[in-house]
Amino acid sequence: MSGPSTGADGDANDRARYDQARYVEGDQYEPLLSEKDLTRVEIDDEDDDSPLPDDLTRDSVELPELSEPELVRHYTRLSQMIYGIDSGPYPLGSCTMKYNPKFTEDVAALSSGAVHPDRSESSVQGTLELMYRLQDYLGRIGGMDAVTLQPPAGAAGEFVGIRIAAAYHEHNGEGHRDEVIVPESAHGTNFATAALGGYDVVSLPSNDEGRVDLEALEAALSEDTAALMLTNPNTLGLFERDIEEIAEMVHDVGGLLYYDGANLNALLGRARPGDMGFDVMHYNVHKTFATPHGGGGPGAGPVGVVDELAPFLPAPRVRAGDGDAGYELFDPDHTIGKVHGYQGNWLVLVKTFAYIARLGDEGLLDASAKAVLNANYLANRIDYEVPYEPFHHEFVASAGEQDAADVAKRMLDYGVHPPTTKWPEIVPEALMTEPTEVESKDTLDRLAAAFNAVAEDDDETLEAAPERTTARRIDQTSAARSPRLSWQALGEDES
Amino acid sequence: MTGSDLHSQAAGSPYAPHTDEERTAMLEAIGAESVEQLFDIPEPVQFDGEFGIDARSERETRALVRSILERNDDLTELLGRGHYGYYVPSLVDHLADRSEFLTSYTQYQPEVSQGFLQVLFEYQSLLVELTGLEIANCSMYDAATALGEAATLADRVRSVSGSRVLVPDLLREGRRSTLENYVAGTDLVVEEYPTEDGGVDYEALEEAAGEETVMIYAENPTVRGTIEERLGEIGDLATETDALFVLGSDPVALSLLQRPVDVGADVVVGDASVLGLPTSYGMGLGLFACREDYLRQVPGRLVGASEDATDRRAYTLTLQTREQHIRRERATSNICTNQAWVALRTAMHAASLGPSGMVELAKRGVRRAETLAERIDELPGVEAPIHDRRHVREFVARVDGSAQAIVADLEERGYAVHALGDHELQICVAGVSDEEIDGFVEAFSEVGR
Repeated sequence: MSGPSTGADGDANDRARYDQARYVEGDQYEPLLSEKDLTRVEIDDEDDDSPLPDDLTRDSVELPELSEPELVRHYTRLSQMIYGIDSGPYPLGSCTMKYNPKFTEDVAALSSGAVHPDRSESSVQGTLELMYRLQDYLGRIGGMDAVTLQPPAGAAGEFVGIRIAAAYHEHNGEGHRDEVIVPESAHGTNFATAALGGYDVVSLPSNDEGRVDLEALEAALSEDTAALMLTNPNTLGLFERDIEEIAEMVHDVGGLLYYDGANLNALLGRARPGDMGFDVMHYNVHKTFATPHGGGGPGAGPVGVVDELAPFLPAPRVRAGDGDAGYELFDPDHTIGKVHGYQGNWLVLVKTFAYIARLGDEGLLDASAKAVLNANYLANRIDYEVPYEPFHHEFVASAGEQDAADVAKRMLDYGVHPPTTKWPEIVPEALMTEPTEVESKDTLDRLAAAFNAVAEDDDETLEAAPERTTARRIDQTSAARSPRLSWQALGEDES
Repeated sequence: MTGSDLHSQAAGSPYAPHTDEERTAMLEAIGAESVEQLFDIPEPVQFDGEFGIDARSERETRALVRSILERNDDLTELLGRGHYGYYVPSLVDHLADRSEFLTSYTQYQPEVSQGFLQVLFEYQSLLVELTGLEIANCSMYDAATALGEAATLADRVRSVSGSRVLVPDLLREGRRSTLENYVAGTDLVVEEYPTEDGGVDYEALEEAAGEETVMIYAENPTVRGTIEERLGEIGDLATETDALFVLGSDPVALSLLQRPVDVGADVVVGDASVLGLPTSYGMGLGLFACREDYLRQVPGRLVGASEDATDRRAYTLTLQTREQHIRRERATSNICTNQAWVALRTAMHAASLGPSGMVELAKRGVRRAETLAERIDELPGVEAPIHDRRHVREFVARVDGSAQAIVADLEERGYAVHALGDHELQICVAGVSDEEIDGFVEAFSEVGR
């Protein structure tokens, strides 16, 4: 029997070894804060210092009360039990895990930018100028006429797009349009966003080449079509070569064409959604413009539109006033209103601006070049089959007879983050891989070696993986069957 | 020339590493002659790469951003109304900026993400303690979107055939407008109920609420800093009418004010980033907690405890069949990217304060707001507070003169406060030092009122 450690050590000594940090205390890893201390603080108006009567206050609060050194060790240990892009390659397809330049944290931390959203416009000219200039940058990059920075994430940007489509059709006396068309292989958010907007979702199958099936599109389009949501390159990394015809078909029935910006990194400087006939798009700045993902967020999902849709953008927008008037906020004539309480994720927008200003034309063009070069090189080096070509910034390999989720778990043992798995479903046992431009040839070679080592592993080894990570394989069924979502629930369960 | 200035000499991205030799070797391996050959973009839609954006060195870029943001006036802000500038301890910045926290993705591979999952689990637990409700998710975008999500939750879980969502007439425009967008795709209709003296007009609300009501929303404290006195009755009213009682609050206020579960709240929303984030031009963290009954209908990500193959406790994202990447158009929300890193900061700030610090911070908000109101009330032409209620953090004052003119005069003197209408100011003490408050009172005494 091949022990579970055989593969990870490998036959050759030159293969990288990896052991993730792991603090262990009995039947757990780093204990919860609540297991280190729980202190109950009573609130009572008998006390001299309670400023409110008891009927306006709670009785007590029970939380951990720990010293700063204890807390710093707790969080430092926890951070060591996390794999980030700064730890190693992170080729999650569709997620564009780029290196996040350190200096952008410094500019986001500038105290001059830390202002309250209700400040007078004249007293926050710097903030408004940065927003104005970022809108301009994004408009140029996407080929769009007007941009809002308000949506706090990609899905929120999609929602703005869908609400703009609704307002636009309503404005034109076409409020009856109740369908949004989404390709089968699209991001889940497209479906969910269209549904949140109240639309019926029409799912569009792909053709044999993995692209939009024009006949199916023709059949799906009608006077009920509000919009078609499209990612280009699509989730297989393929450019929708018929994009001009698709745009014409959608526009012919009076629909709008929405661009999901998740894969924009592939096209930087080489093609622009606005030039392809898209009417509205979102930018995932946490993907394309390298702002950190922070374990799930915050991101930002600015939305760009063509002139005709600008009057429907969220309020307020920023514009340069006449002469010396400076920058000012205004509400577009037919605005859909707001999708965030204020102006979105400001700190993320500062980092976005800094990244674009740092790279400029040459840097952005180089990013797409190397993102596509890296994806092609990596695909060429791995033993798994890649059924659809020619892909750009990402490719979808098939794990074949292996279970893609197991492949991912095993890859963790080689000190690399695995690709996105089992999606898009058009490829059996999908390994959706996006190395991005930031990986060196050496790193790609090591990443390929990890893929190829796992490709040789037997099922037993795969099912036992991972073994070198902080936690071993986690029981998902147990987590869902008896949800324990707080330390309070844990107490009940374990007592 | 510094090292980072040198980078600007290289044409291309400073964060993409290949040398020419490596590029050639890679192209050879692929069997392509040039990188351009790898792109499959039809000629008519190709772009020439000229955005007209200049590349800059790191130093130049930092200087550029600094020079732009320095055009903001340096004012002492006594601003609140939903966004607060509490002092954030240094440990939050230093620890939250650790690479592994900052540069990891959503925890789709929990075995290598235990640290982040545990922090989010602790964040959820913090909210469970503060609200008394059993379930808290690990973040929405902000208070406004959390309110919108609460309304769509109400639409899903209420069996009554109603469509009315009742909100106070004082609700901030940003929250109201966001809510309207979230319910636009449903049959829900947002209606205002009146407030009286800065709080819920209970009798009017009772009259407004009926069988058609699916959700009643109230805030504690209100946007005017007043503490609601009849929350329990609102909870009872919601129960009688089978409406969801959604309460807006935040972690500081929740540390002292009535516990939501005790007044019958079904859902608590709000901005949790009052702890953890400095003033960030409105960037927030959507707090979302609810009763266990709605577990399968909760929007957003949930972290749960489980066991790993060694039988040790381990954490993982769970109940993902509610989410868009699995359930697509039948998901409970379209949210994917959330505010996880802000939740991390909030959890760290709360842990740094501890329960005694959190309670004390809230108490200080009551004492300092009420003390400042008294001081201002002594000035001629000013009445403060105008509402005959208890306050936390902030209050509204009435001025004889023009509120706009006073705000402009105060700005000249280095202070920012809210103008509400023609003759009302709102003043907030969160994050403002005692010295700054003294300075403000002095400045306020000097302006024409």
